[in-house]
Amino acid sequence: MSKNMKISERLGALSIKNVTKVYDPEGVNVKAVDNCSMEIEGGEVCMIVGPSGCGKTTLLNSIAGFHSITEGSIHLDNELLCGPEKPIAAQGADRMVVFQHGALFPWKTLQENVAYGPTVQKTLGAKEAMSKAGDMLAEAGLGNFLTRYPGEVSSGMARRAEIVRALINDPKVLLLDEPYRAMDALTKQIMHESLLETYDRTGVTIFFITHDLEEAIFLGDKVHIVTTRPCQLKKTVEVKIPRPRSYETQSSEDFRKLLAEVNEAVHEEAVKAFQAGERELA
Amino acid sequence: MSASSQATNGQNKIAKPQGFDLLIYRVKKYFGRLDPYLTILGIGLWLFTYWVLCEGLQVWRFTKLPGPVAVSKDWFSTTPFQGISIFTAEYYDHIAVSCRRILIAFGIATALGVPLGLFMGWSRSIRDYIFPLIEVLRPIPILAWVPLSILLLPGFEWPVLFLATLASFFVTTLNAMLGVDSIDEEYFRAAGCLGSSRWDVFMNVVVPGALPFIFTGLQISIGVAWFSLVAAEMVSGDLGLGYLIVDAYMNNVTVPMVIAMITLGFIGYFSSALVRMLGNKLMAWHVKELNQQGR
Ligand SMILES: Nc1ncnc2c1ncn2[C@@H]1O[C@H](COP(=O)(O)OP(=O)(O)OP(=O)(O)O)[C@@H](O)[C@H]1O
Ligand SMILES: [Mg+2]
Repeated sequence: MSKNMKISERLGALSIKNVTKVYDPEGVNVKAVDNCSMEIEGGEVCMIVGPSGCGKTTLLNSIAGFHSITEGSIHLDNELLCGPEKPIAAQGADRMVVFQHGALFPWKTLQENVAYGPTVQKTLGAKEAMSKAGDMLAEAGLGNFLTRYPGEVSSGMARRAEIVRALINDPKVLLLDEPYRAMDALTKQIMHESLLETYDRTGVTIFFITHDLEEAIFLGDKVHIVTTRPCQLKKTVEVKIPRPRSYETQSSEDFRKLLAEVNEAVHEEAVKAFQAGERELA
Repeated sequence: MSASSQATNGQNKIAKPQGFDLLIYRVKKYFGRLDPYLTILGIGLWLFTYWVLCEGLQVWRFTKLPGPVAVSKDWFSTTPFQGISIFTAEYYDHIAVSCRRILIAFGIATALGVPLGLFMGWSRSIRDYIFPLIEVLRPIPILAWVPLSILLLPGFEWPVLFLATLASFFVTTLNAMLGVDSIDEEYFRAAGCLGSSRWDVFMNVVVPGALPFIFTGLQISIGVAWFSLVAAEMVSGDLGLGYLIVDAYMNNVTVPMVIAMITLGFIGYFSSALVRMLGNKLMAWHVKELNQQGR
């Protein structure tokens, strides 16, 4: 995929229509997502922000096929992932997830982890998969750590390796759930640069959940602000800052304006979430 | 990126001690700590108490027991008074028989228990079939199985093997199952995303993920195997260390009894150390992870 293509021509368009998800633990209904709709174009970096516990992970899990949806439908490039007749999407390598807490297999080396996808999908032989994994890890600056286990490297390196493990499968969509939470500012900065570089190279659609508003604007083409539980789309802010972006953009006037706009919307929802919490406890 | 790779290049150039040097380094490090001295002191204290009770002060019923001096005299003598020493073939016959039985019993228990436990952890329906049954049989003490096994199985050998296998089988199965339960759900999800078949998941997530629990279980299970083997040999045996203990007791020769007990202790210790070593070999990732956490 070339980056010269217009965004709308690229693969990986996600269309989320009227999705509702009700959890039903012990007969008590918890509506996590309510009639939520979102259009994400192919090759777009789409950032999701919203209060804690509002249902963001639930939405991501529905796209990935980790659980069923109660109502509505999700399409990927006009093909049905899940809908009324098929409540749970099939898991597949076209949608790769990078998990909130990291899920590299601790019993495989970084290289084996990355080679795993193509090997089990049989798109590559075991040997080719290993050598391609080695090349891709080296490209991501991890060439010296191929034979290390995830427990032996820093969390930043592990996260980069996990993104490489996802990308080696040529996914249409990369689903990231707060991947850089709990990282220090410096590591985060390096992570952002490396993700943006990856994006510029591959043009993969990115669905990225975060709590960090600056991160959302710095990385995103669009920032979707969702409401407190149940999750609905509240507002979409378009980020028209040209790419490639560098850290200096964060101090620009445009950036500050967008930040204020997003902040206002999120704050409103956070207050609502807080009050709802107080009501629940009362 | 380039900065980090430079730094690691530098790290790699520091020569690590190898071979003999590594051994010397480890020995030095070991004796540089307090642990070995405490261990030696502990053993010394224990032996001294044993000697004081039996031979030094000859306290009350301890006179019936041979003390450390009497035991070691016979144990290392070419002409032992009471028939058993490191120079008699009989001693090694008993050891060999017990070890062979452990090998068979522990082998069968592991070969059956690990896969069964893994499948029970992996598949809800297999667990529903088998788990309740195992949970009912497991609490029955091994000695309660003795009459049944003698009635059911021919000769001396089969009941003994059966009893030694049974207890260790339960431990291994349960631990393997709990090992699967302990695996984080996210690894299954990641494997699913990456396009694994159900069998891929079993081989690449279930088996390695349960391994730490399995080996903890195997260490307990080999101890349990020794425990039930000796119990079985004492009740229904013709040879073996357990048999030697009762036989010596019946014939009023107490030195071989003590020798057999101490021998059991050492062999038991070595067998679980062997299992632990094998585990560490198979789980380099786990060992390194624990090292990283400073354990
Ligand atoms: N398996 C489940 N069963 C019942 N309720 C659940 C389940 N998973 C999540 N929930 C509830 O659904 C709501 C949304 O959860 P979700 O994890 O999607 O939120 P989130 O937006 O990702 O939160 P966070 O920002 O803390 O990660 C929460 O109130 C949570 O308690
Ligand atoms: Mg979440």
